[in-house]
Amino acid sequence: MLDFELTVNGERHAVRAEPRKLLCDVLREDCRLTGTHVGCEHGVCGACTVLIDGRPARACLTYAVQMQGHEITTIEAVAKDGKPSALQQALHEAHGLQCGFCTPGIVMTFEAYLKENPRPSEEAVREVLSGNLCRCTGYQNIVAAILRVAQAASDGKA
Amino acid sequence: MKPAPFRYHRPQSLGEALALLSGHPDARVIAGGQSLGPMMNMRLAQPAELVDLNDLKNLSFVNEHENALEIGALTRHHAVATSPLVRKHCPLLAEAAQTIGHYAIRSRGTLGGSLAHADPAAQLPLVAATLGAEIAVAGKRGERRIAAKDFFVSLMSTALEPDEILVSARFPKAAPGERHAYLQFSRRQGDFAIVAVACTLLHQKLKIGIGGVEDKPVVLLDLEPSDPAALGRAAREAVDPTENPRVPALYRKELVEVLVKRCVAKCLTSS
Repeated sequence: MLDFELTVNGERHAVRAEPRKLLCDVLREDCRLTGTHVGCEHGVCGACTVLIDGRPARACLTYAVQMQGHEITTIEAVAKDGKPSALQQALHEAHGLQCGFCTPGIVMTFEAYLKENPRPSEEAVREVLSGNLCRCTGYQNIVAAILRVAQAASDGKA
Repeated sequence: MKPAPFRYHRPQSLGEALALLSGHPDARVIAGGQSLGPMMNMRLAQPAELVDLNDLKNLSFVNEHENALEIGALTRHHAVATSPLVRKHCPLLAEAAQTIGHYAIRSRGTLGGSLAHADPAAQLPLVAATLGAEIAVAGKRGERRIAAKDFFVSLMSTALEPDEILVSARFPKAAPGERHAYLQFSRRQGDFAIVAVACTLLHQKLKIGIGGVEDKPVVLLDLEPSDPAALGRAAREAVDPTENPRVPALYRKELVEVLVKRCVAKCLTSS
């Protein structure tokens, strides 16, 4: 067991865990942040995607012990003061989720992606979304929601 | 799907990392963890000691030299794919790096990790072999440089010694007028390619690299840029695909023919 500190959503958490404990498990079990979902546990499904220093990463391919000195952002930090982000609002309005299992990973992936590429093409959105498996929606409404945010960004600039 | 126990080390310098490796024969280095992580979760890899290179920030760089770009081992795929220097001087590398896995995987996975892992279907070993990159590895006896054709030995096996660390790779710059193309086929977006093809054309000489087919990338040199269909047929005869119950060798041969034909056609018409 190792004792270390993690910074998650700007808050420090004292953690005691084995080095082999995955970041997604520490977030859920030690930090009590259960918004990060655990699907395949080998990097394929994207459900556990969080941000490490602002960049998207699979929390199941990261050991929590590696994250000392880094900033972790999880789905719990996306809504501000109870107000959903533009992306979350768009997913709600466009019916971009059903069971919601994959949604936190999709939101974290695209919070990062849209910051880097505010006005992506549909093709680019679909390429990025290929890293997050959704078994309910058929992806159509997720793509529509993301393009709605991109469109709003374009309108804002115009 | 949880890794076996290991001891964790976080060296602050390359020297410290090398000392850890020579002191622990069961150690593995980890950088992005996008290949080793799944293998450890599935317990296909169970290193006793894990040496985390992520603090060695000076291994993350793209440096321009007269005839080559030197890229640090810790440079993430996303940084390689979006680097203006790589896009300008090694456009084949940028294009191929952009197709690795998914956005989150590219944000974390590293150039050095992919080269050292040496998956025969991966993009970076294919590009390194096709372009004739040179791979620099550090060990306690100092640094040595290995040509890509000698570095990739077999399936996930390289010339890297257990106590050495891959530190950078030099990719030759594209010459003025050099053309390139890259194509791959996989069942789903982001999967490893069943077959991947890279080609370059300079001074009426074609180079064709083929990945995913044998235990390491196959490179065909000095080909006349003739009819793409004929080159596709020639490539089909030149490869000896590994038989696999899910992907028969014959299927890979068919894919090689089709992808080489398309890749050459794309290369001949690119600007």
